Amino acid sequence: MSKKHWLNIGYDRSKYPETGSDGNLIIDEQSHKLVKVWQGPNHPGVTGNMSVELTVSGDEIVEGKTHVGYLHRGFEKLFERRKYIQVFPTCIRLCVAEPDYNEYNLAASVEELGGIEVPETAQWLRTLVLEMARLQSLLRVVPGQGGTTGLGLGVQWGVYLRDLILDRFEELTGGRVYHMYIIPGGVRGLLPEGFKKRMKANLKEIDKFIVDIDNLMFSNVVFKKRTVGVGVIDPAWVDSFGIVGPNARAAGFKRDVRKDYPYLKYEELDFDPKTATESDIYTRSRIRWHDLKMTVDLIRQILDKMPDGGEIRAETPNVLHWKIPKGETYVRAESSRGEYGFYVVSDGTEYPRRINLRGPSYVHAVSLLEKMLVGANIADVANIMVSLQTCPPEIER
Amino acid sequence: MKNFIKDLGYKFNISEIEYQRKNLTFLTIDKENVVQLLAYLRDYEGFKHFVLMTAVDWIEDGIFQLTYILNSPEKKIDLGIRTKILREKAEMTTVHHLWNQVATYQRELKEMFGIDFPGSPRVDESFILEGWDNIPPMRRDFDTKKYAEETFFPRPGRSTNDPSEYMKQKLYPNE
Repeated sequence: MSKKHWLNIGYDRSKYPETGSDGNLIIDEQSHKLVKVWQGPNHPGVTGNMSVELTVSGDEIVEGKTHVGYLHRGFEKLFERRKYIQVFPTCIRLCVAEPDYNEYNLAASVEELGGIEVPETAQWLRTLVLEMARLQSLLRVVPGQGGTTGLGLGVQWGVYLRDLILDRFEELTGGRVYHMYIIPGGVRGLLPEGFKKRMKANLKEIDKFIVDIDNLMFSNVVFKKRTVGVGVIDPAWVDSFGIVGPNARAAGFKRDVRKDYPYLKYEELDFDPKTATESDIYTRSRIRWHDLKMTVDLIRQILDKMPDGGEIRAETPNVLHWKIPKGETYVRAESSRGEYGFYVVSDGTEYPRRINLRGPSYVHAVSLLEKMLVGANIADVANIMVSLQTCPPEIER
Repeated sequence: MKNFIKDLGYKFNISEIEYQRKNLTFLTIDKENVVQLLAYLRDYEGFKHFVLMTAVDWIEDGIFQLTYILNSPEKKIDLGIRTKILREKAEMTTVHHLWNQVATYQRELKEMFGIDFPGSPRVDESFILEGWDNIPPMRRDFDTKKYAEETFFPRPGRSTNDPSEYMKQKLYPNE
């Protein structure tokens, strides 16, 4: 990143702060050349309950530190004293934005360790629910990127359409945000009558939104000025930082768990995740817009291909007395943010020994964000954070 | 996968192999060889993607199990590298030089399990629990209920139930 001031006022910014002989920045807070600013935990430009401690020289950031812990509920500790079925209502709170991936990962781990085969119809219903979760999340995130640059209109449209998808969730599962629909062995119910028709009508509205948001955001001059060439992720960082999902795809890495490690019914669906090379905020936002289009298409395919009836739950032992055989596994799924996985260890009792979540934000919002903030303008912090699609609850579990 | 693991067995002293799925295998190795194995897998076998690192407390055996999960984006396989360290001397060699995000995992493990990684950046800074003054909370001997009772003021008229006992009573009262 250029060290020249963006207003081109003719002085060299590279001397603030100076670099020591060990190559590290000398951050001397007593010099009065630097100011400490906290962005968060209560700030409209912060994604959820976290904060970033910024050291700025003028309007340029010289150091950024992520602080989490404002939402720590000790979930991983609580799991250890709950039976597997009792973990479900707790684990969905690990990420508020897309709770269904938690249900799926836990159910898939328990099924793998317990040797349970999930019926065909249940697999289709699980695929549908996971794609609906991605859709409602992207309806918030895609226009949300415009929100960070002052373009609030798209957010309003997105929130309305997300509500329509939440209506479908309510119809199918009884819950709007938290569903607890995926359970060990299968799912809780079949599609209600008329669900497909109503879902397709909603998708039609979303089709219109996809065109509208393209016109509103991606050709908007202010949005382009604020995002093109800003917050660039170096492709070399993808492996060295463990970057996944749309953030990796925007840097030219075709990584998608649905394609690389197909689970549920994704092998029978036709889709192709887009990649790009520019790797700036604009490109990441564009990749998410393509993901939104792809998700709408995937839901249509699922609705057309899935059977109307059939077995939805495999027989399992009594879930309150179910001793899962000793062993361990790691199960992953592709959330809208990227690889989302559960590492589950069973000691052969009714209680899990350890359940550990691997959330994309653990990497994106801590080590990567701290790296990306150095040299950025203070006005771009919110923009960069939202473009990484961070979700703090999955960092502090 | 099996041939690859067999080859790996010639180079490193692997004590236990567990084939979990066709693309997931867990290996157990001495703590002295972990850094070597991780560096070899990253540099020569294409395991470039560091998925996660965590600990499991086997208090009855007096050990912590450290698990590193690596993924090879080309081979499309996962390896879980497990190692055991003594609970009394909970210290492990840092691998923050291999992947940039590892320092965060190690910082969290120091805070939550009390496992030290000397030399890891900011390992002594608090990550989630600012001002924590008890034993590391993810250790099995940390009693959450006792801690809550001692720390938080009890409100009269409020009662708590053990979740599993409560559900059992409600659903199967006669059992």
